[in-house]
Amino acid sequence: MAQTAVPVIVDSGAPPPVAAEAPLVLEHPHTSTGLDNRKLLMWAFLASDCMFFGTLIATYMVYKNRSLDGPLPREVFDVPYTSVSAFVLLLSSLTMVLALSSIQRGEERKMRIWLSATALLGCVFLGGQFYEFTSFYREGLSLSRNLFGSTFFTLTGFHGTHVAIGVFWLASLVTHSFRGRLHQEHSLLVEIAGLYWHFVDIVWILIFTLVYLIPD
Amino acid sequence: MTTLEHGHASGHGGGHEEHAAEHGHPGAKTYTIIGVILAVITLAEVFFYTQEAVLAFLVPLLLLLSAAKFAIVVGFYMHLRFDNPLFTAVFGFGLVVAASVITALMFLFGQYPLPQHIG
Repeated sequence: MAQTAVPVIVDSGAPPPVAAEAPLVLEHPHTSTGLDNRKLLMWAFLASDCMFFGTLIATYMVYKNRSLDGPLPREVFDVPYTSVSAFVLLLSSLTMVLALSSIQRGEERKMRIWLSATALLGCVFLGGQFYEFTSFYREGLSLSRNLFGSTFFTLTGFHGTHVAIGVFWLASLVTHSFRGRLHQEHSLLVEIAGLYWHFVDIVWILIFTLVYLIPD
Repeated sequence: MTTLEHGHASGHGGGHEEHAAEHGHPGAKTYTIIGVILAVITLAEVFFYTQEAVLAFLVPLLLLLSAAKFAIVVGFYMHLRFDNPLFTAVFGFGLVVAASVITALMFLFGQYPLPQHIG
């Protein structure tokens, strides 16, 4: 009768090894694609968000010029003002890639500066949008006023929400960095946050053209 | 760590670009140039918006400029131009579906003049 091997536990008397501080991110395991699943997942999410904003933009375009009552877009839009907002968001995309470039070089202090600048520019954009919304409201445009109000506030409001989420995300990365938990080897985290931020920017590129610049 | 040493050792211009090339991404200088190009395109959009002379072809012109900005940001800032083609395929699928939905709905609800003339 064959004997089965019994594991023997030997107490060497030495204390168990103390686990070092857990790193924020480990090397990604082997995947069938050879790609990091987190990055692939972010791209899949952005693809789904494309469809989400696609439906909102389509709804706005379909109901364009079909409002029976004012205020109408040409009566409330201030294109020079919105152009400044577009510039601010474009600039934030630049600071975002500079943050990524910094952490890939191991320059954590520069990365914190660029990430903070990106978050700040995001806040400026949100402040501008808040001012725009309130000025429109004072001119009589509300979510339930007419088709233009419903579709415009829904589209730009959801975009603003995306920007706000991005600002919180960036702020959390800056906090992690100050706590010493975001180093060069974790640059993928900044890259993924950057993908989201740039997506928010490209959505605004489309909204700026389709909603504000293309005439009625 | 070699990459870190490289980043610190390169005091001369172009070191950051070389370092970025190790990641398969452009460097800070390229990113800044792209930022300037994007700002110029945005300025051009606003300029054309104010010009009566281009009113006849304003919409295709603005769509073209907008598409250029979109492609530049996706290609360079989001690195699709340099990354694995699978990322492009995944994102492109969502983009094509979104564009199809917009186009189909606008035809369906008569926002384009062509179907109304046919009808």
